[in-house]
Order: sequence, then structure tokens, then C-alpha cells
Amino acid sequence: MTAAAAPSAAGAGLVACRTCHQLTRPVSRATPGYCPRCGAALAWRRHHSIQYTWALVIAAAIFYIPANALPVLTTTALGSAESDTIIGGVIFLYTSGSWPLALIVLVASVMIPLGKLVVLAYLLIQVQRGVVKNRHESARMYRMVEFIGRWSMLDVFVDAFVVALVQLQPLMSVEPGPGVIFFMAVVVLTMMAAQTFDPRLLWDTPRERQAFDG
Amino acid sequence: MEVIACPDCDLMQEIPPLPPGGKARCSRCGETLAQRRVNPIDLPLALTIAAAIAFIVANTTPLMGLSAVGREASTTIFGGAMEMWQQGSQITAVAVAFCAVIAPGGHLLFLLTVLIAVRRPPAPRWVGEMLRSAHFLEPWSMTEVMMLGILVALFKIAQLATVLPGVGMFAAGGFIFLLGAVLVTFDVHEVWARIEWSDGTVPTPTPDTGTAGIAR
Repeated sequence: MTAAAAPSAAGAGLVACRTCHQLTRPVSRATPGYCPRCGAALAWRRHHSIQYTWALVIAAAIFYIPANALPVLTTTALGSAESDTIIGGVIFLYTSGSWPLALIVLVASVMIPLGKLVVLAYLLIQVQRGVVKNRHESARMYRMVEFIGRWSMLDVFVDAFVVALVQLQPLMSVEPGPGVIFFMAVVVLTMMAAQTFDPRLLWDTPRERQAFDG
Repeated sequence: MEVIACPDCDLMQEIPPLPPGGKARCSRCGETLAQRRVNPIDLPLALTIAAAIAFIVANTTPLMGLSAVGREASTTIFGGAMEMWQQGSQITAVAVAFCAVIAPGGHLLFLLTVLIAVRRPPAPRWVGEMLRSAHFLEPWSMTEVMMLGILVALFKIAQLATVLPGVGMFAAGGFIFLLGAVLVTFDVHEVWARIEWSDGTVPTPTPDTGTAGIAR
């Protein structure tokens, strides 16, 4: 098992099932068929991985702007209304004396979504150009994106529970703002983008790519 | 010896027989390929049942209560989503309900069914379908993210009113740890080996992959 002469399953004409990891010799190269063990559809690589991931990344990048510019919470207290964006919420936490929570929200809501978009775009460009410079580093970055993505949902939960609890009409009430839906869209789209990206593309050599591109 | 391809980089390699508690990593990209658990079925089953109880308690009792200027309010996990819906953010409400209630509940229910079904191998084919659904739901089950969200929400509200944690909060905390324990003890490989093949083959301990030309 040496890394130098490492054969991939695709290079040897075999497909690994995405669901149960069973290795199978497919019916034909063009239509691999179904996994004999679990019945899932077999594919050399995830279908249109690069196109789907690009589409999701671009959509998420567009939504990222209104997600940060529009208010996520509107507080009405004794007739006067006040709106807060995500950054506004971070500043509120910081000024009210809790910098650890402010930092957590800043990282989860602003830095992680942006970082995910940058990393996925970088990986996609590398795969498309056919030169993946540092495969180990790229693989690590992909795993990080996959693992950390769900934590961006934090702010949506914060908003939901603040809204649910602070309903003391007519004294004070909190309503969700239009930014929440865009923010949620960013989180869901980037999570889907991480799932549609096929990390095996990072390791494929041009010769292996021929095996399944036909 | 079994041959598998790394799910992350497609490198084919042989997995040696692992000692109980042993783990095999991909020699190229480092992804965990196989892990042999000491007690692969009964331990995760017991933990799943405990997690299911914690989940039911967490969702049926108030998460927290709030009192300000003589008024009181309380909410459950689902209540958070309901309030979002009533305030006009229906899509966000659905997402919160899905990530906080439906996905964790469905994930747990599927794992429970799979673990019970594979106690007497070979388990029927639909068990495999259910395991696939469980894997699909796993990243969307966000109870721990929700708990951190509640913590931040509590801090925000604490400036305005007195907040009292409810029974549901402690149950949700317990659920997070129990679910973590379930995922750590769950042996996917062993479970698949106990499920009947889709083409009708009855599973054998070391399935013949019919591979050729594997480097050593």
C-alpha cells in the first residue's frame, strides 16, 4: 500500500458505493448501474459535482449580502422600534460585556459562511484547472468546511428563541427581520454545496479522469 | 482481508482484520476507513433508547421561562419555531423546526429501528434504505447548535427580563451527550454486514468484491 503507485478504484474500473462503500465492477462505463448490496445508484463521481457546487456557491454568495445588510431582529419597546443586523447583534453582545459570546456569534455567523465560500471556490478552481497544488491541505480544508458548516445556523436559532420568548405585548415584543431568511439560505446552500462537491476530484489524475469521463 | 476504496480519495486498499477498538485510516488522505467497536450493536442500542427518552422529555417540557414586570412566558423547542411562523417568517420557522426537532427525531428513530432490526441478521433490505436516510439526516440534526443559540438568546434576554431554565433545557443537554455517544459507538460496517443484499445475496463475513490488480 504505497502512496506512490496508488491505484484508485476508478482507475481499476471499480466503483465504490457512496452509501455502503461496497466495491463493485460496474455493468458498463457509461451507465454504472446499481449497487448489488444496498441498491443505491452507482456513479464514478457525484453527478455534475463541479456545476452543482458552483451554482450553490454563487447563489449563497449573492444571499450573503442581504443576509448581512438587512435586520434580523426588530425590537419594539413602548412604541419605539429598533432593528438589529447580525453585526449589530455582535456589537450588542460585546458592549453588554460578553466578548466570548460576541466572538462566537461573529465567527459562526460572519466568518464561517464567508470562509466556506472562499474555500469551496478555491477547491473548485483548482479541480477545474486540473492542478491541485497541495492535495493533503485541500482535503483537510474540505473536511473542515463539511464539519463546521452546521454551526452557522447559530444565529437563526438565537433569533428564533429571542422572538419566541420576548412576547410581552404591549410592553415589548421582538419580531424576526427580513435578513433571517437570507441568512438561513446562505447556511443551507453552503451546506448543500459541501455535500455536492466530490472530494475525490481533488485526487484524480488526468488519466483517472479519462476512465469516467469516457 | 477486505478491499475498499476510500470514500474521500478513491484509493483502493486492504483493511486488515482489526482488533476490537481498532481503527484503520486511509494511507493517502487520512480519512477513517474502518473502525471495529467492542460492542457494536447492543451498546449503541442502549444509548439510542436513552437518547430517545431524553429527546422526548426535551421536546415536551418547557425549555425556559421568562418573567418581566409581572408577566410570564415560557417556550418549548417547537414553540420557538411556532412563534417564528406566527410572526410571518414561515420558511425560517420550517427550517428551525426541521433542524431542531424533525431531523434529530427522525435520525434517532431510524438508528433505533436499524439497530433493533440487525440484532437478528440478516436484516431485510428496507433496513439499508433506513440507514441511508439516517445518514442523510445526520448533518441537519443540530441540537448542539440550537443549545448554543439558546445560550446566546438567554444572554440577550437577560438584560430585559429574568430567565429561568426549564426541565427541557437539561434534557436537551443530556440528549446531546447521549447522541454523541451513539455516534461514537455505532459501527456502520458491522451494521451493513448484517443487512441482506439488494440482489438477494445473504451477507457473508467477508464479501467477495471480485477486484483485481490491487497494489500491496
